[in-house]
Amino acid sequence: MLGRGIFQAVFGEFLPILLLMLVAAVVAGAMVTLSWVLGPKKDTPYKSSTYECGVTPVGNAIERFPIKFYLVAILFVLFDIEVVFLWSWITVFKGATIQYQVFSGVAVGIYLVLWIIGDAYVIKVGALEWDEEPQVAPEKLLPTPVEAPTIAAGSHS
Amino acid sequence: MDVGHWLEGLGQSNPVALAAIRVVLLVLPILVLVPGLIWLERRLLSWMQDRIGPNRTGTVTFPSNFPLKFLAGKKVRTFGLLQPIADGVKLFLKEDVTPSAIDKLVYFLAPFLALFPAFALGATLPWASTGFMPFTSIPGPYSLLTPVANVEIGILYVLAISSLGAYGLVLAGYASNNKYSLMGGIRASAQLISYELGMGVSLACVALATGSLKMPDMVMQQEAALWGVAEHIQNWFVFTPWGLVSAIVFLICLVAETNRAPFDLPEAENELIAGYHTEYSSMKFAVFFMGEYAAMFLLSGVFAAVFLGGYNLVPVRWEHLADTYPAMAGFYGAMAKLNYWLGPLWFLGKCAGGVAFFIWLRATLPRLRYDQLMSLGWKTLLPLAVANFIVVALYIVFTSLYGPAGGWGAWGGATLVLVLLYLNIAAATRKGPLASPPRRIALVDGTEAPASLREREQVKT
Repeated sequence: MLGRGIFQAVFGEFLPILLLMLVAAVVAGAMVTLSWVLGPKKDTPYKSSTYECGVTPVGNAIERFPIKFYLVAILFVLFDIEVVFLWSWITVFKGATIQYQVFSGVAVGIYLVLWIIGDAYVIKVGALEWDEEPQVAPEKLLPTPVEAPTIAAGSHS
Repeated sequence: MDVGHWLEGLGQSNPVALAAIRVVLLVLPILVLVPGLIWLERRLLSWMQDRIGPNRTGTVTFPSNFPLKFLAGKKVRTFGLLQPIADGVKLFLKEDVTPSAIDKLVYFLAPFLALFPAFALGATLPWASTGFMPFTSIPGPYSLLTPVANVEIGILYVLAISSLGAYGLVLAGYASNNKYSLMGGIRASAQLISYELGMGVSLACVALATGSLKMPDMVMQQEAALWGVAEHIQNWFVFTPWGLVSAIVFLICLVAETNRAPFDLPEAENELIAGYHTEYSSMKFAVFFMGEYAAMFLLSGVFAAVFLGGYNLVPVRWEHLADTYPAMAGFYGAMAKLNYWLGPLWFLGKCAGGVAFFIWLRATLPRLRYDQLMSLGWKTLLPLAVANFIVVALYIVFTSLYGPAGGWGAWGGATLVLVLLYLNIAAATRKGPLASPPRRIALVDGTEAPASLREREQVKT
């Protein structure tokens, strides 16, 4: 038994969380490995090939993917960091003095207005537009006029 | 209470043992309930779709010469409750088909990362009252059993751990080396991070209003008088105007965070086979679902604790009623004790209600398109949550400046301004129908098409 041992000293009130994480890791690990241990293993080349609806896979899947996902990730990092800055203020705001509440409220208000301007700018420049509208080069996306097949005069009469 | 004293002694002599008890009390119900939730989903969906669903597995007919007389010749039904367990046993014994083109380490790590946060999520979640026992000032035994750790970061821990689940999905998609899996994984990551913003800000509103990040504190503040006025009714945050907005935003984000319909684009089976778990088989495949159900259950618990009064059955302040009306003190006192001692049951009921709501959504709503999903998260929920945050801050400042009337006045004024602002912005940015020139239609011999045909074509575009 560890008792009030070194773990208690180091982790303090986070010790139960550490314990829960250990238990969660053991349970999740057991789930993943048990079927590997228990199940039969009969490997054939067809079975172990990539499943793409029966069509023979072409090339490697880990390749380029649309830049928009990357853009969303970058925006998330920016906006989430801004929210993270708020959390420390949130904890002290309600119990503070009136002077501090008004002062910090105005400061955070300015901060949030900047935040909103950022969000509005992101929306305005179309960083979150996912539908393919003909914005870049409309003439390229229009259907090319197809020449009607010329039929020699008199052939159909 | 003997149990209370024993727990208290244990907490002083051996805190690790007490922590272990708490952990077991959290993890064991989840492990037991996840198959039950799968059964619930299948039965509820069947009922909503006018089917029967799994109702046979586990029906035992005892022979007429069975030694136990009261069972002989009887048929014992379990209403298909054993079906998920049978499925689990089958999945454990199935072959673990491992494609040859995968990234081995990440492929095995991904299901682990999908299930791990679902179990670790509930560490700061109180499933019973952590306050005093009714009509006393002694902390009850529940305060020693829950939450697993009453740390200061409270709700931030939930946010942090629930977003870890995104790693499981995106790594599963990446490691499978399958185009559909990769698309599913990328979609999952984009979706989860988009909706996590709204979720974080909507929880920040509640934390701002309660002044604490601890979830037990949040539940206790909901036991106060409604709006500071109605003495006999509890102030569940879903009843307050700002809390209602937060609750709606949080609920929608919850559905998106758990990848449930109508936000189940990462595993949209009619476009992406099965999304990120296409290449997984046997129990590794089921682990993703276990993680999904456990997260659904625990996040419903978070929703119940933060907005729906946690472990209280109904929003009535029984103790206060008993003090106000001594003639009825016996009944109200009994209700207060019932409310306290069966708290875990009420909490479990709220979690199950949340899961039933998820299933109802799945049966009702069609899947969103990807651009709709993204614009809902970034253009609607996020600005709404931030506006709500500003309104809550104004409410608190004006309450401490001019009292409750000032607070509600500020709330009303700010809401009016924001609604007008929104309507203006919406009117200014509204897009007309897509302006594309009408297609030229020529008949086979080169003559222009008749007007009727052209009109029909224009209506289509």
